[in-house]
Amino acid sequence: MSASGPFDTAIVGVGATPYYRRGGSAPQTITELAGKAIIAACEDAGLSVKDIDGFAYYSGAGAGYGQSMDTATFMETLGIPEVTFSAALTSGGGGSAGSIGLARAAILAGDATVVVTVMALQQVKQRLGTVFGAVAPSPENSFLQPSGLVGPGHLMSVLARRHMHDYGTRREAFAEIALSSRENALTRPKAIMRTPLTLDDYFNARMIADPLCLFDFCLETEGAVAVLTTSAERARDLRRTPVGVVAAAHGGVREWGRAFAWYGMPDEYFASSGHAPIARRLYDRAGITPDDIDVALIYDHFTPMVLMQLEDYGFCKKGEGGPFVESGAIRYKGGSIPVNPHGGQLSEAYVIGMTHIVEGVEQIRGTAVNQVPDAKLALVTGGPAALPVSGLILGRMA
Amino acid sequence: MSTLTTTLPPAGIQITTDSATEPFWQAAKENRLVAPRCADCGTFRLPPSPFCPTCQSQNVDWVTLSGRATVYSFSIVTGVPGQPELTLAAVVVDLPDAPGARLVSNVIDTDPDAVRIGTPLIVDFIEIADGWKLPVFRVAAEAAAPAGR
Repeated sequence: MSASGPFDTAIVGVGATPYYRRGGSAPQTITELAGKAIIAACEDAGLSVKDIDGFAYYSGAGAGYGQSMDTATFMETLGIPEVTFSAALTSGGGGSAGSIGLARAAILAGDATVVVTVMALQQVKQRLGTVFGAVAPSPENSFLQPSGLVGPGHLMSVLARRHMHDYGTRREAFAEIALSSRENALTRPKAIMRTPLTLDDYFNARMIADPLCLFDFCLETEGAVAVLTTSAERARDLRRTPVGVVAAAHGGVREWGRAFAWYGMPDEYFASSGHAPIARRLYDRAGITPDDIDVALIYDHFTPMVLMQLEDYGFCKKGEGGPFVESGAIRYKGGSIPVNPHGGQLSEAYVIGMTHIVEGVEQIRGTAVNQVPDAKLALVTGGPAALPVSGLILGRMA
Repeated sequence: MSTLTTTLPPAGIQITTDSATEPFWQAAKENRLVAPRCADCGTFRLPPSPFCPTCQSQNVDWVTLSGRATVYSFSIVTGVPGQPELTLAAVVVDLPDAPGARLVSNVIDTDPDAVRIGTPLIVDFIEIADGWKLPVFRVAAEAAAPAGR
């Protein structure tokens, strides 16, 4: 496999519901939202839902926390006649980008021909922002939950603090990630946040888990997104310009492990995203370097984790993420590596990483709202989270 | 003067145990901070888990620690939904007499501005739900007079 192809698999369709603020997608159900996204992805590809024969989920096929998706339920209501592959990456949002690798594995093994990856999210029963404070105590989380680190952003604020201590990273760097994302969202019809954000707004916002404030946290939104992957051969006959799966990887090392659920990471991993091993495998498999990436769709649940991924993916040296982003390097307009031209989860919508895959596809097709000129290679990352974490490189078909 | 740091309301803090973690919590009931050390290779691990990650042994010595700790990193949590009055100093601490093992806890009864990476702490125990006790930390006396040691 190399960045110039030929590729073995391709993304041929993407579909999504509108994006909603928390509570806004009612009275639709998770199955209804996911079904709408799947149908939309099939229409995009020029395929029938009856062509789907594989499901490749992540997050254990969970839909956010406390709800789930189910292949048999989708088959029953959508009329999918037979499935020959149904599997999920373990853990949570770390696997979003890697789920396309799971789809690819199924296709290359001959287990399925058209594989859908879908995520749907509603947050009325449980908002994600404080989910860890609300779950039932377990022997494992009894060593975490009493601390009052009630949500994922609270947990990751501890990593951000260590990064600031180790490398002198400033809140101005986190602010720049929030501001850059917001600027990109302003032009997007589907974006939830479409009013400008200023540095004053950022520094006047309430602190939630100091050093992180409101604007360091992603949105608590609802919606569904589906992506269809098939063989490169079949992709050539379909409606849309196929987007090649250049490389995909998931996993990670024991030193990262459960990450901010155990905090046992040694110094060199603590203030990181856990993605360095994924980056190495992706670049090795693709035969490229970070300089070859034209646009980076970086999982942005919390601003400091964008910064640490930029380091782990080699766009700057370890520890230099702060000055790097403060230089304007990640801006869509004028940056050296445009990051999240779709506004990301911070300003467009949060569907647990799926919007980044959609944007990667649109950038390679050349149809993105904020198109990076002549984008040939797009990096898409899964969430810095408990393993597996994951990444994906998309490219133009030869 | 900032609000002094506290914990979540103690009566609402629930824990559960399994065979690997039970001794930690039983010791806490006796105001002892303990950590499992592999009886074969000496590796400490927290949270307690069934195997030694270094040698896979299941033999454990439960070591009573001094209760000293230092702040490895931390977060000042405010505005928790339903608990708007709380200021929490959530800390990840290194335990100097259990190298490699860390605990996640709170520093209580301090000005949040007094918490820094490296701040020395000493353990204390508070009563929580169902008769259990939770190890928490206070800023150690020598932190106020670092030349005194």
